[in-house]
Amino acid sequence: MSTLDARGQVRVLDGNRAGAYGVLLSRPDVIASYPITPQTPLLETLYKFEAQDLFNPEMVEPEGENSAMGVLLGACAAGGRTFTASSSQGLSFMNDAYLLAAGNRFPIVMAIGMREQVSPHGVTAGQQDAVLVKDHGWIQIFTESCQEILDSIIMAYRLAEDADVLLPVNICYEGFYLSHHSQRVAIPTQAEVDQFLAPLKDMQRLKWTLEEPMVFSSYTVPPELLTEYRYKACMAHQRAKGKFDEIDRAFQKTFGRSYGGQIEEYRTEDAEFVIVTMGCATGTAKVVVDQKREAGLKVGLIKIRMFRPSPKERLIDALNGKKAIGVIDRNVCYAWNCGHNFVEVKNILSDLQAPPPVMLDFIAGLGGADITSQHVEKVIDMTHAAARGEQPPTVTWMSLE
Amino acid sequence: MKLISKFEGPWSTPEEPLDVKTGEWRTQRPVVKREKCRQCGWCFIYCPAGCIEEKGHYFSADLDYCKGCGICARVCPAMAVVLVREEV
Repeated sequence: MSTLDARGQVRVLDGNRAGAYGVLLSRPDVIASYPITPQTPLLETLYKFEAQDLFNPEMVEPEGENSAMGVLLGACAAGGRTFTASSSQGLSFMNDAYLLAAGNRFPIVMAIGMREQVSPHGVTAGQQDAVLVKDHGWIQIFTESCQEILDSIIMAYRLAEDADVLLPVNICYEGFYLSHHSQRVAIPTQAEVDQFLAPLKDMQRLKWTLEEPMVFSSYTVPPELLTEYRYKACMAHQRAKGKFDEIDRAFQKTFGRSYGGQIEEYRTEDAEFVIVTMGCATGTAKVVVDQKREAGLKVGLIKIRMFRPSPKERLIDALNGKKAIGVIDRNVCYAWNCGHNFVEVKNILSDLQAPPPVMLDFIAGLGGADITSQHVEKVIDMTHAAARGEQPPTVTWMSLE
Repeated sequence: MKLISKFEGPWSTPEEPLDVKTGEWRTQRPVVKREKCRQCGWCFIYCPAGCIEEKGHYFSADLDYCKGCGICARVCPAMAVVLVREEV
């Protein structure tokens, strides 16, 4: 028996390898991917699985990322379950095919081992590559741990291929911090995952066949028709939100693990103020929240898992009545001189009960910098100060302090 | 709300052509001299719009989609295709 076949076991795995087990367990038909740091070991692991006959998808080695996504567009149109992964410049290079996937409502699942985007050049952790494509029509799930990468890939197929959704899904994890750091990972059994994905077998999906050919991405006139397809995609994104919460609950029933669905609320219920995180810094931040709680501060944490579509309703519920919100952003939004989640959360301020909370943004962890417990402590202290009526600067660039 | 397409995305079938009739862009139309056609299929292979149809003993363009580029006339070794100006 293959030593690689760790299904049903607990192993120490880095994020790439954990992700590869998620792909293995989901039984894709076609995998087409081009290697790029920090995602490469994920692909290498998939090739090892295939070499040892653990699964038997069609593995395509294309000449670049654009072709990788192109292969999957065709495979998906023919009804296949597909997977690819990329990072940074690779994601940029596949951009037009990436847009076609969402526009054609192809339920492709793609991992992004997140990395800074050139220029300036840096093969370093960041979130800039994934947030850059936030309005390209994909669902984007951000993960905190290696276990969550594995689990989220399985959930992603359940979400993407749901007949009420039919959208491509990104599973995003920070390069190096998650892709190359090892953690305890419980790998589900094949029977459990088969059972969890079984409802997809009954879902109707349009397929291109030789007997019944179809045109995909057809040139669309009149304008009403193009408007209709845009409208339908928007509606699908809205449906995906509640669906993702349902899938998370179903996942807990089968596997005993839950991540809260669209967002995770950590000690928020009686919190006077909260910090908002996305990605792997959440783990550190939770520890600091615990310490500050012990010191008497009523602080909570909200982890954004579903970045796209926006978990608006869940955020409104979680943030109502809070006095201040401190957002940690591992990315920048040039237009608003802050990070992307600061812009996202600010969008719902007018939906909250008056008086709205004060908001602060903290740009941290760019260029692969660690987001340390000292950083999070500072975020909590400054947000606490804002909640008490002091006026700290709206945006703080952590590495430049 | 008025919705036209039964599909979720920009897909269409030959039966429900929700796509553009590219033939409307045409200023000249290929006419096949049937007695000259040797059924070699070059026009079928070279047509960039994929609109050449085999009609038994000759080939001709589907004028719903033919843009009148003239490549079929250029590649035809039998010179069986001539382009005729579309009258407005």
